[in-house]
Amino acid sequence: MADEETNVIIGLEVHCQLDTKSKLFCGCSANFRADAPNTHVCPVCLGLPGALPVLNKNAIEFALRVAKALNCTFTKEGEFCRKNYFYPDLVKAYQITMGDSPLATGGYIEIEDDAGNPKIVSLTRIHVEEDPGRLVHMGSKERGHYTLVDYNRSGIPLIEMVTEPELSSPKEARRLLSKLRATLEYLDVFDPEKDGSIRVDANISFRGHERVEIKNISSYKGVEKALTFEITRQKNLIRRGGTIARETRHFQERKGTTSSARSKETATDYRYFPEPDLPVIRVADWVETIALPELPDARRDRFMQQYSIAVGHARTITGDLRLAEFYEGIVDVGATVAASWVADILIGELNYRGMALETVTTRAQEFKNLISLVRSKTITDKAGVEVLRVWLDNLYAGDRTETPAQIVARLGLSREDGSSFRVIVEQTLASNHQAIADHKAGKKGALNFIVGQVLKETKGKSEPREIHAMVAELIGE
Amino acid sequence: MPDIYNAFLSRIEISSSVSGPLSGIRVAVKDNISTKNIPTTCASKILLGYIPPYDAHAVELLKAAGATIAGKTNMDEFGMGTTTENSAFCPALNPRDVTRVAGGSSGGSAAAVAGGLVPMALGSDTGGSIRCPASYCGIVGLKPSYGRVSRYGLIAYANSFEQIGPMAANVADTAKLFSVIAGHDSRDSTSVSKPYDLTGLYAGIKGKIVGVPKEYFGEGVDKHVAAAVTAAIDRLEDLGAAIREVSLPSLQYALAAYYVTCTCEASSNLDRFDGVRYGPEPEMNLPWHDAYTSVRKMGFGPEVRRRILLGTFSLSAGHYGKYYVKAQHAKQLIRRDFFRVLTDCDLLAGPTMPNVAPKLGELIADPLQMYQTDILTVPVNIAGIPAISVPCGTAHGMPVGLQLMGRMFGEDDLLNAALAYEEAI
Amino acid sequence: MVSKNEVLHTAKLADIGIDTSELGNFTEQLNAILEYFDILDTLSADDVLERPLVNVFREDNVSTSLPQEDVLRNSHNPEDGYIRAPRVI
Repeated sequence: MADEETNVIIGLEVHCQLDTKSKLFCGCSANFRADAPNTHVCPVCLGLPGALPVLNKNAIEFALRVAKALNCTFTKEGEFCRKNYFYPDLVKAYQITMGDSPLATGGYIEIEDDAGNPKIVSLTRIHVEEDPGRLVHMGSKERGHYTLVDYNRSGIPLIEMVTEPELSSPKEARRLLSKLRATLEYLDVFDPEKDGSIRVDANISFRGHERVEIKNISSYKGVEKALTFEITRQKNLIRRGGTIARETRHFQERKGTTSSARSKETATDYRYFPEPDLPVIRVADWVETIALPELPDARRDRFMQQYSIAVGHARTITGDLRLAEFYEGIVDVGATVAASWVADILIGELNYRGMALETVTTRAQEFKNLISLVRSKTITDKAGVEVLRVWLDNLYAGDRTETPAQIVARLGLSREDGSSFRVIVEQTLASNHQAIADHKAGKKGALNFIVGQVLKETKGKSEPREIHAMVAELIGE
Repeated sequence: MPDIYNAFLSRIEISSSVSGPLSGIRVAVKDNISTKNIPTTCASKILLGYIPPYDAHAVELLKAAGATIAGKTNMDEFGMGTTTENSAFCPALNPRDVTRVAGGSSGGSAAAVAGGLVPMALGSDTGGSIRCPASYCGIVGLKPSYGRVSRYGLIAYANSFEQIGPMAANVADTAKLFSVIAGHDSRDSTSVSKPYDLTGLYAGIKGKIVGVPKEYFGEGVDKHVAAAVTAAIDRLEDLGAAIREVSLPSLQYALAAYYVTCTCEASSNLDRFDGVRYGPEPEMNLPWHDAYTSVRKMGFGPEVRRRILLGTFSLSAGHYGKYYVKAQHAKQLIRRDFFRVLTDCDLLAGPTMPNVAPKLGELIADPLQMYQTDILTVPVNIAGIPAISVPCGTAHGMPVGLQLMGRMFGEDDLLNAALAYEEAI
Repeated sequence: MVSKNEVLHTAKLADIGIDTSELGNFTEQLNAILEYFDILDTLSADDVLERPLVNVFREDNVSTSLPQEDVLRNSHNPEDGYIRAPRVI
């Protein structure tokens, strides 16, 4: 690792849409994604003259859950304020947010550093604010230089969580986001599957140099990419003797690069002042009544203890609430084998196909049956993977009729007794004298070649361990 | 009846089929109160063409009470003024002397009532905008306690001070209109559940203690106005009230605290007028700041631009702590001062305005001098308490207003006292 | 004293536009008014502000939104349900 990299300082501002039914200050439905533009708006979220905000209690309840789960200190009095600036997506020319008096301050999140050791990252503050509308067309020569705006998103509740600049690498940043995402999911306040439901601003600097802010990154991967790009850019600049300008940069998701925002945009004076239309909030008593569910770390530890599974498996499985619930639903098939199938095989196969976890969680019994087939030695591990792939391919194609057992039958993948392969083993040995000679000369792995040939020939119906034993026996060992 | 006082910006007759306490009564509505499908301009060019898709809470209540909406009344642009000369559509004239202003900012509502065009009207009062024109035109106007009437649909000028309130030719009609519009509305977070009913209206003033703050008779109050008000206070004593001199020393901060807060809030409230969602069309091919600037420069009149500048400056980096924050502390001192004297006193009395209606054009050139005429009306908006202006004779041949101020949600005391006084003269 | 430059900067912050011919007059008026505001500077800001109202909420219930035509009615040349605004790039 280069010297500069150990000196990278990263802080994040994470905005997540809270999964309420209605918007933050009005009763418009927050479930707007599938609907026509400007159909989820009312005088309040359209900023019509005379309309007034009324605070959604659930949005605050959700934010309090998050703050409690992240060990924050609650402020005596939370106060909404106005952040004044002009932009076509902002209906009132101010965003109702929280300034000097957020809901909570302090707190921390535990992640792992790049060496795998636990690391505590401090939080600065947590507050709630409204999302602006969405620009769908920013002006072009072809379509005209104007902008087109959809205000359906205007007024969706956001929780903003700000970390101290204590992260040391893009990977740490990504792990923090995953942890945060899992926590919010466990708290039942956030739906990460919704498009654009998370947005991140990242501050990054090299010790002794100016800080750069990268605005509005809209995916976990994007954060890691943007930071990685920024590290390279800044490192090169420093090496060439240049100076890092304190500035705001935008991330181009497609190119994976950042570019300087015009200084005009950053020089704004937001003229914060308390929102006169909203009374302050006092949450001390309320917070006492909030009971937290089991959180990712606690569940990880419980899984390790209760099911005796490895820390890596436990961490992966509990890192996603739905995965953890899915695992617990099938755990009676055998905790260790189930953990391995879920964490080592299933996730990769789903990601490879771009399939959602829900495809499988709704058919947990079939997945469980598949693992049973392997456990009972009806099929080999390898055949099991093959069956999973076929099953997923079927589901991907919309075919939900064939069960894993039927796939095994159709493809004739049932494990056969080792003795039925004796002929194949003998033939393979006969045509590979060199490998046997190499083995006898002490060359490691020479037999593996022969075993591999046999496995290939038997199309996964044989168990490597058994073939290995048979080969050893036949060459007289 | 023709509108020779330029009281209305639009005249309509939308009658309600509902039968209720206001059945058959024509009520004018100030043009900063949103009316569904009826243009609502705040007397500003920046809202030309704007047709609200919803009714203000107070308008819903009028309709539900059977009232006929008679039209939208003239005003100082966005409520910013004391004469209605800041209307983008010509000033309203004072029916008592058409060479004089009607007062402001609810000058159109006052002129419509005083000119006999309607028996009652809704106004709004941020720093005296109901009481000033009521005083100048010789009618009754009530600024309710903060929160007693919903602000939903009232186009905001200074959110923390303003209330919609009733204006009428006499106290009984004022009380009747107030009984219709008072009450809780869940769409206004600052709304409280304090309905008003008319049953105690004739309770009189006997045995009530009326405080007279000496600051209300200080420098700058016309001596003929002071004399008329003093005579009225003597009358209250005749009616059985005990009169006591009191003092509100924090009032020295009132005007500054008021103008800092209201310009700060206004500058933010008025930033939304960019022409995109309503109002005059911006030049879509220009960058947004440029497009907005040209719409706003054309759309706002000089007083509005002055107050936006003042508010923007006061909120900007480096000035917020000196102006806005200090104004909030002044507000607290003033409120405490009022609450203190209103522990012993049931009511306070003094002039509504330090003068009578000025001639058209007399004050328009000097904004600070115009602001100073609000000195007796802004304190109650800062404290949040209710106040009523009721006619009490004349000075220089023009009406004078007696201002009665009460405890938080003490409108019944104000209306009862005002009615007793009105009946006695 | 507020300078003409500060007034210009303020006008820019507020997207309000100001002509050179108006600048002198506005600056003079602003100075007169701000001087009047100076009385507030003699106050301390140490006191805790009293809150007449705290914790006012609505329940998380969905209510009807405006019909799209009402949303678009006051805007200019909406396109496919979107509201048209000046360009941002």
